Amino acid sequence: MTETRILKYREALNEALLQAMQGDENIFVMGCGVDDEGGIFGTTRAAYEAFGKERVIDAPLSENAIAGIGVGAAIMGRRPVIVHARNDFLLLAMDQIINHAAKWNFMSGGKLDCPMLIRAIVGRGWGQAAQHSQSLQSLFAHIPGLKVILPSTAYDAKGLLLASLQDNETVICIEHRLLYEIEEPVPEEAYTIPLGKGDVKRSGKDVTLVAFSYMVAEALKAATLLEAENISVEVIDPRCVAPLDMDLILESVRKTGRVVIADTSWKSFGASAEIATRIYESCLRELEAPIARIGLPDQNTPCASNLEKEFYPGVDDIVKAVQSLTHPHHNASDYIARESSPEHAKFTGPF
Amino acid sequence: MMDPKTAADAYSRLIIIRLTEEAIAEEYKQQEMKCPVHLSIGQEAVAAGVSLCLSDQDVVFSTHRCHSHYLAKNGDLNRMIAELYGKKEGCAKGLGGSMHLIDEGVGMMGSSAIVGGSIPLAVGAALSFKMFNQPHIAVPYFGDGACEEGVFHESLNFAALKKLPVIFVCENNAVATSSPLLARRPANNIFQHGQVFGIPGYQVDGNDLASVYATAKRAREHAASGKGPVLIEARTYRIMGHVGPQQDCSSGLRTQEEWDQWKDACPIKRFEAYCDEKNLLSESERETMRRSTQLQIQEAFEIAKAGAPAEWIA
Ligand SMILES: Cc1ncc(C[n+]2csc(CCOP(=O)(O)OP(=O)(O)O)c2C)c(N)n1
Repeated sequence: MTETRILKYREALNEALLQAMQGDENIFVMGCGVDDEGGIFGTTRAAYEAFGKERVIDAPLSENAIAGIGVGAAIMGRRPVIVHARNDFLLLAMDQIINHAAKWNFMSGGKLDCPMLIRAIVGRGWGQAAQHSQSLQSLFAHIPGLKVILPSTAYDAKGLLLASLQDNETVICIEHRLLYEIEEPVPEEAYTIPLGKGDVKRSGKDVTLVAFSYMVAEALKAATLLEAENISVEVIDPRCVAPLDMDLILESVRKTGRVVIADTSWKSFGASAEIATRIYESCLRELEAPIARIGLPDQNTPCASNLEKEFYPGVDDIVKAVQSLTHPHHNASDYIARESSPEHAKFTGPF
Repeated sequence: MMDPKTAADAYSRLIIIRLTEEAIAEEYKQQEMKCPVHLSIGQEAVAAGVSLCLSDQDVVFSTHRCHSHYLAKNGDLNRMIAELYGKKEGCAKGLGGSMHLIDEGVGMMGSSAIVGGSIPLAVGAALSFKMFNQPHIAVPYFGDGACEEGVFHESLNFAALKKLPVIFVCENNAVATSSPLLARRPANNIFQHGQVFGIPGYQVDGNDLASVYATAKRAREHAASGKGPVLIEARTYRIMGHVGPQQDCSSGLRTQEEWDQWKDACPIKRFEAYCDEKNLLSESERETMRRSTQLQIQEAFEIAKAGAPAEWIA
């Protein structure tokens, strides 16, 4: 019997990395502050303590070179794990990730693999502002040759991380900082969740709610509120943007006939736009209402807290969107039981 | 040697930075400034000494640790504090926060929280000056950590190639977040980075305003005369933690002993001693200046707290 304990999301990541490194001597970690207690929410700390600075390497501030060094090591058979405290810093490494990591297998005629895992956190709250808050999954999902995962629960975080460390392609793991403290039962043994396989986080029959990352938590709260109004919501977490589990989404949409897509990033040209298009391509005639999307407005992230609140969509926006599909002729505000998400209040700085 | 007028100017820049940072550290506990703050206590003499040599048309570009650069360039205090409070009256209308201070009217052209991000922007500003025959210079401020970024080296090369009027100013405080310098690079030799491009490099004691000033003056003459860029590495120390209102000796990053030494090497105390020695600015004059600056800061906080909430820009 394997034991199941309650773990926080960050503890699950920590444990997964440790277990993977115990099982595969090719795995090593690089990034600013990976040897640090607080730097990456402690998610590389256990590995550092177990394996020392030879395998958990505090890297200089050289994101593009570090990504390329990762590619070089990966094609030689190693498995680098590169960690960034924010998605935004990853942008300095775009050349090595997109022009090299994503293409080396193809350009070598399939002879060389680039099994690298890149983790990067989405910042939110306490004035993270425009350069510390971006959620860049769609950018990477646009590129062939990359996989993109967005674990939304502690259980998924462990299983997806372990799967990524067995995959032969470069995987980008987008983590959301509001998720690090959430907790749930997580098996102690190592287990994997196949990349590209979505999950039904709650079943329902009236509306399909496709949500990513932190929006899964918001979607589940919305679903509970809507249940009280006799609206039954099915929450689907694709868990990966690339590859995307369209079969699971389409199956649900065919059942409910209505769909809302909630992403942590911008709507324009993003994951939600892609999913909506694919639904229209496959089952337009089975829809009973137009698709609704929840995402960030086409705007950079403001620092001021009053504007931050307006900027991020939350539970009530999801509730409204669902109601607009199920009761298009009602005034949405009639139904709303407003609830703000307590996670927001937890970040009180200094960072 | 410095003349008394310059000394008074220098002192006013030093103390407005120190006293403002201390006030921020104090007020931060109220949790009304809802943004990360990277304080420059201990590093004041770098920005103050460099800015003394700059005109309003000369431009500076900054980093996440931008308070000292902004204030030393005579950025508006009220608008800075309002920015930290996320108010409409803020220097970036509350949209940027502590990490993105800007006051373009005095040549403070903005701050990037991406390490190394604003270095090429200063080179671009210098290119623009050169294209239009304007006699101004551009200064990017950056930390030791930024010297590990490729963009720093690319910027040095371009500025040297085009003989642009840039003074690259590195504030080497020997740490980046929680990594000591020698965990990130093989040698503590930042001033040599421009050597292969023919860029003169100076290493100065960044806590000694008089040396920073003398070096920056030479650098400005060099850059403004069309000979190309200069690199200044100012050795200094951040007294506070990387971010927030506390210091970080207990984190194991540095020892209490080291911290105490640097605390003693306080740039303000150093400059006060220099003034006494050279008979430049008496303690009673300094006391008067400190008092009026303190009042100015108090007022800035009151104005900021009473300010209007930020709004979206059109
Ligand atoms: C490209 C990039 N990588 C990482 C970070 C995270 N980060 C913010 S400040 C900092 C340390 C910077 O050190 P340094 O340049 O020496 O400046 P200091 O903080 O010491 O003033 C790091 C790693 C970032 N903001 N940008």
